[in-house]
Amino acid sequence: MFLIPDAVVRFYHRMASPPHFYTFTEQCMPWLVGVFVILVSAGLVGGLYLAPADYQQGDSYRIIYIHVPSAWMSLFIYIVMAVAGAIGLVWRIKLAEVVLVSSAPIGAAFTFIALVTGSLWGKPMWGTWWVWDARLTSELVLLFLYLGVMGLYGAMDDKRVASKAVAILALVGVVNIPIIHYSVEWWSSLHQGPTVITKTGKPAMHSSMLIPLLLMALAFKVYYVIALMQRARTELLSRERNSQWVKNKIAMGAKL
Amino acid sequence: MSVQEFFAMGGYGFYVWTSYGLTLVVLAANVVIPIRQRRQFLRQQALKQKR
Repeated sequence: MFLIPDAVVRFYHRMASPPHFYTFTEQCMPWLVGVFVILVSAGLVGGLYLAPADYQQGDSYRIIYIHVPSAWMSLFIYIVMAVAGAIGLVWRIKLAEVVLVSSAPIGAAFTFIALVTGSLWGKPMWGTWWVWDARLTSELVLLFLYLGVMGLYGAMDDKRVASKAVAILALVGVVNIPIIHYSVEWWSSLHQGPTVITKTGKPAMHSSMLIPLLLMALAFKVYYVIALMQRARTELLSRERNSQWVKNKIAMGAKL
Repeated sequence: MSVQEFFAMGGYGFYVWTSYGLTLVVLAANVVIPIRQRRQFLRQQALKQKR
């Protein structure tokens, strides 16, 4: 661990303590919301108003500004979930388990959004709401993996045992992530290939369209942190209801 | 560009605005639900402590 600076280690240890996490997330919430509002406003003005219409797809392509960031988040959150699962399994850190279970509904939401907006984009451009090709099917499997994690966790009363079970499920499901990512290259598909991270290393998009897309992607990342913290706070309180710090919080009349 | 033109989205208004509207609803719900649950939990636990 000599490679990691002391300050980082200390931050990591403190964040793993539930009462500290609870206070810390409360303090940084207004800042995160502020950053989110700025990013999302800039991204929406850029994407819906300033960026020109596509020369082939007209204005329908503007769905890209939520479809692509949501799809990226659906993969990103799954990886976070699996990493948290591994940390939870190895070191039995409560906060890692809470991050895992709190991420699942947010990941499911982004996967759902990616699927539905893809469908709403596919109808006018491909002429169909849905095709059973590799990209769409593997993304649907991802939704079921998220729902599986949520269902399994909800079905078990002992939350420490449930956390172990969902961590294993999350880790096994990681196989699906590269399949989704490379599906458009491995199999022929109606879905277009990578446009931002291309093989040539240069985005196949003009900067007037690319910059709002990257702003929206950042905004969604910040949103994930906000939503994760909100869910994790609720989950922590409920799990730690018998511990002294939660009792103190309630005795002091905490409302949120 | 007029306001009508903006909302028409070159004839794709239905697809574009349904996408954005649905995203707004789903993302908002994902933050509101845990906050409500927490508020309710704290209220219940406070009542329990009083007894």
